[in-house]
Amino acid sequence: MAGNRRKKHHFSRIHAFSCGKTSFKGDHSLIGGPGFSRVVHCNDPESFEASVLNYSGNYVRTTKYTLATFFPKALFEQFRRVANVYFLICAILSFTPLSPYSAVSNVLPLVVVIGATMGKEVLEDWRRKKQDIEVNNRKVKVHCGEGAFDYTKWRDLKVGDVVKVEKDEFFPADLILLSSSYEEAICYVETTNLDGETNLKLKQALDATSNMHEDSNFQNFKAIIRCEDPNANLYTFVGSLELEEQQYPLTPQQLLLRDSKLRNTDCIYGAVIFTGRDTKVFQNSTGPPSKRSKVERRMDKIIYFLFGILVLMSFIGSIFFGIATREDLQDGKMKRWYLRPDDTTAYYDPKRAAVAAVLHFLTALMLYGYLIPISLYVSIEIVKILQSIFINQDLHMYYEETDKPARARTSNLNEELGQVDTILSDKTGTLTCNSMEFIKCSIAGTSYGRGVTEVERAMARRKGSPLEEEVTEEQEDKASIKGFNFEDERIMNGSWDNEPHADVIQKFLRLLATCHTALPEVDEENGKISYEAESPDEAAFVIAARELGFEFYERTQTSISVHELDPVTGTKVERSYSLLNVLEFSSSRKRMSVIVRSEEGTLLLLSKGADSVMFERLAENGREFEEQTKEHINEYADAGLRTLILAYRELDEKEYIQFNEEFTEAKNSVSADREELAEEIAEKIEKNLILLGATAVEDKLQNGVPECIDKLAQAGIKLWVLTGDKMETAINIGFACSLLRQGMRQVIISSETPESKTLEKSEDKSAAAAALKASVLHQLIRGKELLDSSNESLGPLALIIDGKSLTYALEDDVKDLFLELAIGCASVICCRSSPKQKALVTRLVKTKTSSTTLAIGDGANDVGMLQEADIGVGISGVEGMQAVMSSDIAIAQFRFLERLLLVHGHWCYRRISSMVCFTLKMLIDKLG
Amino acid sequence: MKGRRSSSDSSSSSKTKKPQYSKFTQQELSACKPILTPGYVIGIFIIVGVIFIPVGIISLFASENVVEIVDRYDEGCIPPNYSDDMLAYIQNSDTNKTCTRSLKATKLMKSPVYIYYQLDNFYQNHRRYVKSRNDKQLWSKKHEDETKNCAPEATSNGLSIVPCGLIAWSLFNDSYGFSIKNKMVKVSKKNIAWESDKKHKFGSDVYPKNFQNGVLIGGGKLNSSIPLSKQEALIVWMRTAALPTFRKLYGRIESDIQANDSVTVIIENNYNTYSFGGKKKLVLSTTTWIGGKNDFLGIAYITVGGLCLFLAISFILVYVVMPRPLGDPAFLSWNRHPAGHQI
Repeated sequence: MAGNRRKKHHFSRIHAFSCGKTSFKGDHSLIGGPGFSRVVHCNDPESFEASVLNYSGNYVRTTKYTLATFFPKALFEQFRRVANVYFLICAILSFTPLSPYSAVSNVLPLVVVIGATMGKEVLEDWRRKKQDIEVNNRKVKVHCGEGAFDYTKWRDLKVGDVVKVEKDEFFPADLILLSSSYEEAICYVETTNLDGETNLKLKQALDATSNMHEDSNFQNFKAIIRCEDPNANLYTFVGSLELEEQQYPLTPQQLLLRDSKLRNTDCIYGAVIFTGRDTKVFQNSTGPPSKRSKVERRMDKIIYFLFGILVLMSFIGSIFFGIATREDLQDGKMKRWYLRPDDTTAYYDPKRAAVAAVLHFLTALMLYGYLIPISLYVSIEIVKILQSIFINQDLHMYYEETDKPARARTSNLNEELGQVDTILSDKTGTLTCNSMEFIKCSIAGTSYGRGVTEVERAMARRKGSPLEEEVTEEQEDKASIKGFNFEDERIMNGSWDNEPHADVIQKFLRLLATCHTALPEVDEENGKISYEAESPDEAAFVIAARELGFEFYERTQTSISVHELDPVTGTKVERSYSLLNVLEFSSSRKRMSVIVRSEEGTLLLLSKGADSVMFERLAENGREFEEQTKEHINEYADAGLRTLILAYRELDEKEYIQFNEEFTEAKNSVSADREELAEEIAEKIEKNLILLGATAVEDKLQNGVPECIDKLAQAGIKLWVLTGDKMETAINIGFACSLLRQGMRQVIISSETPESKTLEKSEDKSAAAAALKASVLHQLIRGKELLDSSNESLGPLALIIDGKSLTYALEDDVKDLFLELAIGCASVICCRSSPKQKALVTRLVKTKTSSTTLAIGDGANDVGMLQEADIGVGISGVEGMQAVMSSDIAIAQFRFLERLLLVHGHWCYRRISSMVCFTLKMLIDKLG
Repeated sequence: MKGRRSSSDSSSSSKTKKPQYSKFTQQELSACKPILTPGYVIGIFIIVGVIFIPVGIISLFASENVVEIVDRYDEGCIPPNYSDDMLAYIQNSDTNKTCTRSLKATKLMKSPVYIYYQLDNFYQNHRRYVKSRNDKQLWSKKHEDETKNCAPEATSNGLSIVPCGLIAWSLFNDSYGFSIKNKMVKVSKKNIAWESDKKHKFGSDVYPKNFQNGVLIGGGKLNSSIPLSKQEALIVWMRTAALPTFRKLYGRIESDIQANDSVTVIIENNYNTYSFGGKKKLVLSTTTWIGGKNDFLGIAYITVGGLCLFLAISFILVYVVMPRPLGDPAFLSWNRHPAGHQI
């Protein structure tokens, strides 16, 4: 069994930096103080001490109402609408003699209206209830004494229970990891449901508890965990574990969150610390802000206006009524004798005409009540539900591959879709599919790969190239392998052997197959190998290596095994490399390396990284292909590809031993700067490299994105791209999806210029910030001048701004200028922007231009933007559900936006507005 | 656990979330949505104009053909010595209320000639007045004592009044006698009320009781031996008017009145309109297919028709002077103000 073998692996070697000992840091002194008062008696939830604490159970309720609170709560919601309050007052008054007509005719419509809306609430809540029931009744193995584990429903879990979670199960509550089926007590966790990230995260238990691998170990296990109170912060955790009189610190490294999933690990044991509503997921969930459409707000204004007219009419009427009534009886003489003013009730009493007038005012309010269209609310509600059904049922917005139809999660924004002025879009996963394809490479100064990128195709299309058709046809013929779009007969199927520099090609491919942290997964039925990688880039490399004849198939504790094509015999041979160290990738290092020993016994350092860090690390004798490779890299970048440089180095034994000692020491040190130390040592060995070549992967655009953007532009809708990517990538994608065009003049506002870099290094931070701001302001003013002076012939402008500049551009005194410039530009791209900045930009556009904004995104980092915008559209794609949960409408692909806006939005708006107009017209008819 | 998951897997694989195709949900039902092109609009306006103007003219002619004599008599019937205190005259039961008026027919009035009385400034639509009746009591003998809503004219000396309420109490009680060339003309007072009122609202077994014998006497009295369903003057009166100026049918003259005939009317001027300053008028009128004399309908038709023709002509002019192709995208808002956006 693959699982059993893997149990013995020393994975700490793979994750050299992330594993290690933990120490009590500053925060731990807070334990026991205010905000850190939780005490959990592990494995002893029934004890007296535990029952005193009385933490809530693991039952969760996501419904808005319970049976008891439904009526008061739902009614309160209903009467927040002014019109409903008016009708309620009328209904009450209609039971008095004031009423001009019978009570039934007054109460019935109100009951129908409120009943219908409340019925809708019940229906929606019932769906949530069913989901709750399903979740609460899931089962998990819980320690029930004597070392035996038995299935218990999630709802019956208590704080302190020890649970056993098996592979691919969700964690039922927030747990502290005690031990796992791995020796080192590590486990892999998928947190897609929490933050949208698809890569697996590594968790590791404390050494003190890591040796309990069997159910029976828990028979006499007792521990006390003291930790922080429930809070919403997903990435921090402070606590301590008391085991046999010994204190051990607990960090997020031991925390397993509810709703994340156990992956690649057979089972884990954990102690429940937060249950039900106390879990971090539930602490994080906030109700979405209620959004109302413009039509609805306009309608409210009309209702207020009508209400004003109603009051005015009643007021004037009652004045005249008062005067006429007073005059009916003067000096004992009756004027309108047929009304018998001498013998009357308070309502018509000439002697107390003022009172009669006030009473008449109330009656008139009811009498002219037709002015307030009670039916309009019901009709609109019904029409909107119908429109939501149309959106949900649209076959043109159904995505076969993921089996996902469009879903209008709120029905009250349908017509707003037709009013969208500006779309703010995320890039990764929204415009692109977040899958990387290995498409080109440059080895030993020769460029391989004949695939055509989306960017090149877009460019060709713009130039009217006739090649386009053939290219697409060819594409479809090929059996597609996910992550691989490489075609070049020169190196495919083993023919690389005949190329010049065959030895370099071999090394290049070997490097691809070994320098990574991916895990192979062998399909037991057909022997096919798939890979579990931390990032899609990495998966693309391993797949490329496999397709080119270097199939990585097994990772053991100390080795990586590869099926290699032997150029001499032409057969596949197994080669295994003993894996000595992994120097991980980090955003500051921008590279990763592995140190392996080949079967021949040579020590190799294999390294891949970004061109900016790799070229300076080349050895004098390793720069043979530098010029050509640089040239190729620039070509690739122009074609919208992500590039990495591959290089290697042979180590001698002595050097390695010295490095390993230092590195191990650094890794095992307890000091806080452990990671920096390790990085420093790694830095020392990653030098004097010999260049092999470069790879290029395409960040694939989703289907139909350029066409969709083009259509939206024709409809006068502006598209802003807000991305966390770097500027070059963002510009590449801009070209790929025809957001940027050759004829456009780009206004680039950047704080990454050499001057600003030197500014940043200076000591005086505030002066540096001021200077940076001045520079951004200067760039903005220059851009504005360009915009003002521009005439048609020069072509439209495109604004590209990076995150750091955006920080300054969004400050109060600059943001108007920024917005003016941005609105004047045909395309706007904000790169390197944080989730907060995305939300801020959205708010700026929404409030300053008072136009309708639509935000579209798929990841957890887009949630702020989605909630801030008038309409939030979530892409229900690969990256988790976070965005979808906070969106108003969920679609599966970016291109469906075209139909959603231009067809559904248009129709919904037309239909709703004509219905409102028609209903108001009927009102006037009724009055007439 | 495993079993449960596999079963859910298999069910999800067989059940896709793909929406069912139906013409309704895909919004593909055949529909017809006319586009208002200039041709259609102008055509419709011309057709409306061409139809409406003749209709209006015909209506106006019909209205012109109605012969109508209106005579206001409330002030004229007050003897000169009471002209300062008309109220005293009308409220005094001893004064002679008979008054003779002479009317002149300008044109031949073909029978039937309808006799109306017209009251002015009389609020039969007052909320108190309108509600002051009891339909149950009017309809059936069983509910004779039902006098809800009738106050203050519900009971008299402890006995319930039939018909109760202010409306019946204030029954109009002027009467007219007609003679042409000193010859009495017969006035038919039958069949002046709605057939449905007689058959379904006023009972044939309900007789007036205790009517007008309170302290304050309002309007006319009723013959207590005739059932309500036969008291057509009451039935007419009790169908309350919506406006303060109204005409109610008094009777019919079943013979022609020749042109230049002088009609002498002997009026019993009983009804008090003087206290609230209302006018009383006597109206003799013939009818045509359009009803009584009413120019409004004709004028409305002609106005609307004329407006349509005018619009049609102006649209034609606009179309000729400034033609533009249908659905020109250059007129879209973002194309009219090209703010940095180009297609």
